[in-house]
Amino acid sequence: MNTSVIEASSTGTSALEAARLVLARDIRLALRKRGQLVQPLAFFAIVTTLFPLGISPELSRLRDVAPGVLWVAALLSSLLALEFLFRDDAQDGTLEQHVLSGQSLTWLLFAKTVAHWLLTGLPLAVMAPLAGLSLGVPAAALSGIVASVAIGSVALSLIGSIGAALTLGVKRSGALLSLLTLPLSMPVLIFGARATELAIKGAGFAPPLYLLGALAVLGITLAPLAAAAAVRISLE
Amino acid sequence: MAWTWFHRLGSPPYIYGLAARLTPWFAWSAAVLIIGGLYGGLVLAPPDYQQGDDFRIIYVHAPSAWMSLMVYSTMAISAGVGLIWRIKIAHAVAAGCAPIGASFTFAALVTGSLWGERMWGTYWEWDPRLTSELILLFLYLGYMGLRSAMDDTQRADRASAVLAVVGIVNVPIIHYSVLWWNSLHQAPSVMQLAKPTMPPSMLIPLLMMLFGFTVLFAALLLVRLRAEILNRERAASWIREAVTQ
Repeated sequence: MNTSVIEASSTGTSALEAARLVLARDIRLALRKRGQLVQPLAFFAIVTTLFPLGISPELSRLRDVAPGVLWVAALLSSLLALEFLFRDDAQDGTLEQHVLSGQSLTWLLFAKTVAHWLLTGLPLAVMAPLAGLSLGVPAAALSGIVASVAIGSVALSLIGSIGAALTLGVKRSGALLSLLTLPLSMPVLIFGARATELAIKGAGFAPPLYLLGALAVLGITLAPLAAAAAVRISLE
Repeated sequence: MAWTWFHRLGSPPYIYGLAARLTPWFAWSAAVLIIGGLYGGLVLAPPDYQQGDDFRIIYVHAPSAWMSLMVYSTMAISAGVGLIWRIKIAHAVAAGCAPIGASFTFAALVTGSLWGERMWGTYWEWDPRLTSELILLFLYLGYMGLRSAMDDTQRADRASAVLAVVGIVNVPIIHYSVLWWNSLHQAPSVMQLAKPTMPPSMLIPLLMMLFGFTVLFAALLLVRLRAEILNRERAASWIREAVTQ
């Protein structure tokens, strides 16, 4: 820990500045591959379309299951998006350069996760109301859906960053990643779906939203540390 | 202050021998406690005034559920110790815990569901305790899946240790979120276990089973630990002497 601080100060770039640079780089690179960004969103749209086809086209019935459908779809779509978090950087060696840079890896990975959330979680929150409307959710409830998906996806990105970092060296890691990440994400699903349900009923949805916020804050505090440890182990 | 006893705990040959010497003690006390507890619970204890003889499954269910959590804590703590102080034996302990813990969790789920069939009329009820137990089983499976996905033992040790530590932070969160989720969605469950009013004739066999399962876990862990050490140190020269003895 101490050596990284010394080296960082000797290169003249502070940890925050380095994190900002990584954030800007990740966003710039992602915007050049827009097709990749659209995939998780399209997946989310398709999954939410499957439920009316599978259950019933009656909006009154769909409204009852809408919170669960929206949140399970959001969870799966964020799981799908995790593949983009470290994979390319691990393949071309960028991640190793991050480890060797002498900068705090925790901050760099936090910046990468923030970039990932801005590119996948936030668009999901913007898109969730459309899916909600198609499931018969009243327009008044849409703000609750946006808020819960926006906050919940922060927690999902952070939990996912640990799983993605742990499975870096594993070939065909998709199934393993979901086995690692989904059990840890269940509290997010519970509180997110609860907030959505309360919003649909027209009740106050603040309490589960606070709990989602608490999960996100806990994730911000601890997840980058665990992810940094995991990246170091995976790249050894 | 002599710390040699502590340093010896990190030495594979010493632990291998110690585990071999301790295993019979734990195994026999587990056998005595479990046979005694089963006899006390299945034969001597009176039937429950509400549940009749059905309640007797508690003598397997409750200890299994208790062990599922205790083994997970043991696994996470030894994984953390291995991660922080880089003690190989601690990683071997953690690796040995996982399959035992998963088995106890599975046993708790099966017995819980059988009990549920008698009490609630259905094999599966989304009861908070059953649900948390199911998620715990997934955590164990994830841990074992991650270990088996990595060929290099050292990397598997350290990566799975990170996962175990992350998991133990999450276990209380999962537990309380499931509890809260359930209390909002479901009427209070039919089954009321009035633990404090349990008469001694029922309670003593339960405690014997709890203790017996704990000792059984210790015995199983020591056996697994020896197998882990044999596998990890197979290139070491002391192994040949230890095995041919």
